Amino acid sequence: MAELLAVRGLRVDFATDRGPAQVLDGMNLDIETGEVVGLVGESGCGKTTLARAILGILPEGAARIRAGEVRFKGTDLLREDPGAVNDRVRGRAITFIPQDPFTSFSPVFPVETQIMDLMKWKSPRARNGGGPASILARYPRARHRADREAVLEILRAVQIPEPARALRRLPHEFSGGQRQRLMIAMALLPRPDLIIADEPTTALDVTIQAQILRLLRALVKERGVSVLFTTHDLGTAHEICDRVVVMYAGQEMEAAPTDAFFGRPAHPYTRRLLMSVPSPGGEIRDIPGEVPSLVAPPSGCRFHPRCDYATAECRDVRPALRALAGAHGVRCHHPVDAPAGADP
Amino acid sequence: MSAPAAPLLEIVDLVRHFPVRNAFGRRVGWLRAVDGVSLAVQPGETLGLVGESGCGKSTLGKTVMGIYTPTAGDIRFAGREIGWLAKRERRAVAKDLQYVYQDPGASLDPRWKVVHLLHEPLKIHTALSRAEREREVLAILAAVGLPDAHLDLYPHELSGGQQRRVGLARILTLRPRLVILDEPTSGLDVSVQASVLKLFRGLQEAFALTYVFISHDLSVVRAICARIAVMYLGKIVELGPTVAVFERPRHPYTHSLLAALPRIGGRRVTQEFALEGEPPNPRDVPSGCRFRTRCPHVQARCAVEEPLLRPLDGRTVACHFA
Repeated sequence: MAELLAVRGLRVDFATDRGPAQVLDGMNLDIETGEVVGLVGESGCGKTTLARAILGILPEGAARIRAGEVRFKGTDLLREDPGAVNDRVRGRAITFIPQDPFTSFSPVFPVETQIMDLMKWKSPRARNGGGPASILARYPRARHRADREAVLEILRAVQIPEPARALRRLPHEFSGGQRQRLMIAMALLPRPDLIIADEPTTALDVTIQAQILRLLRALVKERGVSVLFTTHDLGTAHEICDRVVVMYAGQEMEAAPTDAFFGRPAHPYTRRLLMSVPSPGGEIRDIPGEVPSLVAPPSGCRFHPRCDYATAECRDVRPALRALAGAHGVRCHHPVDAPAGADP
Repeated sequence: MSAPAAPLLEIVDLVRHFPVRNAFGRRVGWLRAVDGVSLAVQPGETLGLVGESGCGKSTLGKTVMGIYTPTAGDIRFAGREIGWLAKRERRAVAKDLQYVYQDPGASLDPRWKVVHLLHEPLKIHTALSRAEREREVLAILAAVGLPDAHLDLYPHELSGGQQRRVGLARILTLRPRLVILDEPTSGLDVSVQASVLKLFRGLQEAFALTYVFISHDLSVVRAICARIAVMYLGKIVELGPTVAVFERPRHPYTHSLLAALPRIGGRRVTQEFALEGEPPNPRDVPSGCRFRTRCPHVQARCAVEEPLLRPLDGRTVACHFA
């Protein structure tokens, strides 16, 4: 498979009252064409910041990219002309599914208006206009008709009943699951190469979540689209992902194909995280200690203050990537070689 | 199950309907949030109450708490009917019955120090002297795992997890007998969730608490509850020991819920999950069995006759064909 996206050594700081918070600290990530990659980590570990950095929508003023590159199909998006990124990449080659389908629509316009507004600028049939987008720009009739056909077709694909009538409705007339289906439809419409899905099922019930996950996986596999699926729910990651990357406090810790990730995790953090999933036996094991402050983060491996295997080496240097069998990479000085759950 | 004679909480045919009004304030229908629920909670147990959003589980909890008045039915707490008490009498019960919201930390007054927050419930509900209150507050603080030094901090100086602990301490200072936990772990990371569950369990032992654990997260309920009640559109569809219900679900809805649960290491449920559609609007409940519109085993009888809860295989189930 071919490389689609490669994030290399990305460092992002956020200005806070107490000084710069180092939210991403030398983050690496690879996504290949047609692959569903799960990005797993606890709240505040930088998942959303990474997603925003890839999309180029970090809050201006507060966030500062200090180093690294985001290579998408060979070009570094961080150094590319912003106009060209806006024109060809954001919302086109890379689209986004938000966490909360409730706040992502405007409540006052029918769904059709909102989807057609998207299509006016980001439809695969729209030619890349030079210069800034003007609100006075026309939406050619013929293209409008073709785009509307495409919209109806995709709404059928995401199983919205009676698509033509559904388009006339306002967002509040849809249930949460249906709204998330609309979001998936909108993310697919520009025919992207990569979809960034930011916890798209956290707000849904389990039965609806299962339906949405199944739908999303089927649609992206059929179209050969890659997905970066961020989640804090390990079960969801197991359901939908081909490969899982786990991050902790702005650093990636381990990346492995799904089976290896859950079956033979090598990083102590991954192992701890998997053990804290409630088990039917009723035994509950948490990770001692607290998530570190990002303003004064621990040196070396950021997990070392909470790690059972930590040594002086871990405090001093961040471990280099260590390749294990079967495309399994871990950044730890003392990786564990045992099946999941076999810990002291 | 050999149930002890005196349940701590007994709910009999509890109904809570909300009026649905049109733009002119005229009632055009009823939203049947809780529609005839009976259950009993034994002292010291943890009863799990699960179901999808809108199934009425929070309304049930809040009606028991006295936040909503029941439309019909009885709520007996420690043998005493409490659903229909006058406000003044009801207040005396409030001490024994506490409700924990999703984020107990968010209900802390930002302008009060922790010490003030913890003294307040004791001032309102007890006649303890200042010295006695102080002793009590220190004991509770230690029980939830916070150092004494935190007494002089404001809520914003604590981390989210610590705020949660203060919120729980506030509830525990009154030494309640029954605590209703409403989605106490939703939105938490697994590692934090594990520490919160550990804390609940430790406190239950230390203070002899009885929990009603409302959650939509079945894996959490499975880890912490001995008995489980599954709700669908205002009714209980299956009620029994957690182990039995999880291993051999008898109601098709319970079965679908469990099938939808992502399981690490197992087969992917997204490849075989069958349940289609979404729960109907509780304003417009289907006739007969409420689950029939989504049930894979539906038959003609289900539309006509409402199945009643009947004992089966060590639990109770409301299905004609279970």
